[in-house]
Amino acid sequence: MEEDNKNKHIHLTRRSFFSTMGMGAATVVASNNLAAWASEENKVMDPTEPTKITLKINGQTHRILVEPRWSLLFVLREHLGLSAAKTGCERGECGACTVLIDNVPRYACMTLAVEAQGTEIVTLEGLMKGEELGHVQQAFLEQDAFQCGYCTPGQIMAADGLLRSNPKPTDGEIRKGMSGNLCRCGAYHNIFQAVNRAVELKGGG
Amino acid sequence: MKQDEKGVYYAKDIFVTETPEPGKDPKPWGKTAVIGKSQSRIDAYERVSGTAVYPSDLSLPNMLYGAILRCPHPHAIIKKVDTSRANKMPGVLAIISAATSEADIYWSYSKDVKTKLFDPHCRFEGETIAAVAAQTPYQASDALRSIQVDYQILPYIVDEQNALESGATKVHEGGNLVKPEETYFRGDIEKGFAQADVVLEESYRTECQVHTPMEPHGCVAYWDGDLLVIHESTQGVYSVQSNVAQTLGLPLSKVRVIGHYMGGGFGSKLVAGKYTVITALLAKRTGRPVKLFLTREETYLCTGNRPPANMTLKAGVKKDGTLTALDFSVTGTGGAYPAGGTALVDWLIKDLYTCPNVSTKATDVYINTGPARPFRAPGHPQGAWALEQMMDALAEAVGIDPVQLRLKNIPSYSQAREGNPPYTTTGLKDCLEQGAQAFRWNERKKEIEGFNSSKHLRRGVGMASCLWIAGGGGPPSTIILKLFSDGSVNLNMGASDIGTGTKTVMAMVVAEELNVRTEMIQIEHADTGTTQYATPSGGSKTVPTETPAVRSAAINIKQQLLQMAADDLKTQVSTLHFNGDEIVAKNDNSIKIKISEISGLKKRGVVVGIGYRGPNPEGKVVNPFAAQFCEVEVNTKTGEVRIIDFLGANDSGRVMDRLTYDNQVYGGITMGIGFAMTEVRILDSNDTGKMLNRNWHDYKLPTALDMPPHMESLPIDLPDTEANITGAKGLGEPVTIPTAAAIANAVYHATGVRIRKTPLNPTQLSMIFSEHLKEK
Repeated sequence: MEEDNKNKHIHLTRRSFFSTMGMGAATVVASNNLAAWASEENKVMDPTEPTKITLKINGQTHRILVEPRWSLLFVLREHLGLSAAKTGCERGECGACTVLIDNVPRYACMTLAVEAQGTEIVTLEGLMKGEELGHVQQAFLEQDAFQCGYCTPGQIMAADGLLRSNPKPTDGEIRKGMSGNLCRCGAYHNIFQAVNRAVELKGGG
Repeated sequence: MKQDEKGVYYAKDIFVTETPEPGKDPKPWGKTAVIGKSQSRIDAYERVSGTAVYPSDLSLPNMLYGAILRCPHPHAIIKKVDTSRANKMPGVLAIISAATSEADIYWSYSKDVKTKLFDPHCRFEGETIAAVAAQTPYQASDALRSIQVDYQILPYIVDEQNALESGATKVHEGGNLVKPEETYFRGDIEKGFAQADVVLEESYRTECQVHTPMEPHGCVAYWDGDLLVIHESTQGVYSVQSNVAQTLGLPLSKVRVIGHYMGGGFGSKLVAGKYTVITALLAKRTGRPVKLFLTREETYLCTGNRPPANMTLKAGVKKDGTLTALDFSVTGTGGAYPAGGTALVDWLIKDLYTCPNVSTKATDVYINTGPARPFRAPGHPQGAWALEQMMDALAEAVGIDPVQLRLKNIPSYSQAREGNPPYTTTGLKDCLEQGAQAFRWNERKKEIEGFNSSKHLRRGVGMASCLWIAGGGGPPSTIILKLFSDGSVNLNMGASDIGTGTKTVMAMVVAEELNVRTEMIQIEHADTGTTQYATPSGGSKTVPTETPAVRSAAINIKQQLLQMAADDLKTQVSTLHFNGDEIVAKNDNSIKIKISEISGLKKRGVVVGIGYRGPNPEGKVVNPFAAQFCEVEVNTKTGEVRIIDFLGANDSGRVMDRLTYDNQVYGGITMGIGFAMTEVRILDSNDTGKMLNRNWHDYKLPTALDMPPHMESLPIDLPDTEANITGAKGLGEPVTIPTAAAIANAVYHATGVRIRKTPLNPTQLSMIFSEHLKEK
């Protein structure tokens, strides 16, 4: 309830928000969530004015002070020490920053921390059960579904999100589901195998 | 049994590889227990759990964020940099530019060229002008935008094909020719063409390819007293150390570079960048750690590329398939500074196939773009694009199968090197024959002709082969192994694991020699402060360079343990050998001692083994070889090409880890698919000279949707016992050399249209098809 109240304190319009942000805003695209706020009440947020927000990440609640212009990715990596989500492009092209927001794979670089309030965020760290790997992580390990490993947290989150909505994807659905995540080392072949292996592991577990 | 699974050793009663006497070379491994099997990576858990800390993940107490202001013009003089407004911005702690005394130092883009770190003459878009350290990256980028720069914008040249025309803008005062035309010849080229039954001549072009590793270039740097510590995303900590020490005038001992994990490099992270030095200066000025990683856009402009190649190849062949003459020329560019714009593009023409009469010319020119850096098999995919398409055309012209034409012209020695030294091994014949068989080359060619009878969807098969000029590795390398009193091992090496599985392969070598399970081996690596000197991980040389040194270090440990055991057992070393976790007399099983019970080991607590990389065989060449086969489906109405199948056959000597080996093969083919089909740097040569597609949206990498539904890796497992004591050759580069040409050959087979320029994207192909296939 308290979180809901907090959300109501943040109002901003997309246009006014961007107009105060200068060039940096060109790479930020509002999500549906943000657009919904815009329709509520036209109050301009100062992009640099520290604002209290509450984020639910990997089942834990974090109350933090952020600048409204900060991306979720920046807050995860540089403020909460959750560095598994990676910075690849900061413009929604590579998927290295993929996290689950309400079970859907989303680019954390394209999500403002303020707009992620009221959602359930899961990062790669959140797939671990203590020291034990989650099924998709285990499958990536077994199938050698990476080389340098930098895109891997994003790939794993994309695969995990895919399997949450589609527990037995076809080969075509796997390709499509994984097509928002670039891998410059070119480990796609093994990534497809890992997703299939994860289906098996989930079935078995 | 349970104890075995968790213990230090694989099994208690297995015979361990024979230990040579000190000073003698070990025998090649016979049957192996670990090497050649599929072993998942020893750091896989770290990489999939998110606990692996990449340099860009690092957060240090009190850390600041750095950012660099770059020239937006391809050619300009900086008249004035006004930082007064930026200095007052919130969170800004330091701004450095040409006016900053400690930044008034020289930078070397190449050996012979020194310019200022912040040089007033900007010769490419993306050259450095100033840099900021601030409390957040947002504040740093705000500050950059507040720096006022007066530019004198100069005329530019960004098309290398016009760079030598009279009146072309000069990048440097001396003109745009980097060095005199480089030429090579052997035999008598005119005589060669006179002997030929068929002579063909074609022009080819490959576009500029940009590395774009997933982790951008950059580092976290701080000063610990007078020691500069740099956590850099790099392929070689020791090369970064020497670049930085030289640029800042520091002793090597005062620069510690650490690079445990790194998110891809492909040749673009072999050395330090200006960004490394700038980060160190910002850290010095603020007295705080500074994290500076480039934006994706910056990585397109100033961290290197594979230069474009404009090539012409004239070739002569006899009816029986004998090559008589090859005449090749290439024009390329390394950008605004000397950076090997045409390096090695002609190597395959000179060295891959037997041909007595060869002439090559290379012209390297300057243009106003960021300097090139080595890119996975420099020059080779470009040269292969020309040579392997030409081989395909020659085969058709004389009515010989393309595989057979190549088989007819396999040399056993290197023709391009002085003295024609032989290769230690060449598996090219096996790659071609076994590859063709596994791919069902002959059968599929026939099957496809039936498929193509009607429609606009046409299938074709294509193939190409290659060698890689390096890939033998060599000295120097030093490895230190520590065997603890329980038998577990610590391996210390300077080399980076750039994602190829280096650490895993090294652990497997230790495991093979000592029978110690890979899980019991801890690796310390890629740290100039604590690990041994190593050359950067590049050139497909890390496995053939480091594994022999690792094996030597393990043998060194075994020799010491045998001596200690002989002392304990009051016998001669020569009577003893390893058996599982024990040292046992060869003739009498009852005379034995557990390794962990050896008194010398117990007393010291550790046995240290040192291994050095021995020299390569004198007068011989160690090269890996490969052949690739593919099938494509071409839509002649839309110009779309769908790759259906790919097979890579590689002779890289002994297969070390089958799992990471196959992964390299698939990855190399994937990168080759990008080179062939999607990747092109687009420069606005008419209006601004700027790069138009400096991001992953406009510069397309292959995605999951571009992958062939079927891919196969066929290792030709030929341990190269002459090359080194592990028999391994390099793999990472040959896997990407023939890919693009194989695809082009398959498209030709499908359509009868020869595509001589990359990329094979629908934009180009639909135009070409509409012209060529109209009348058919």
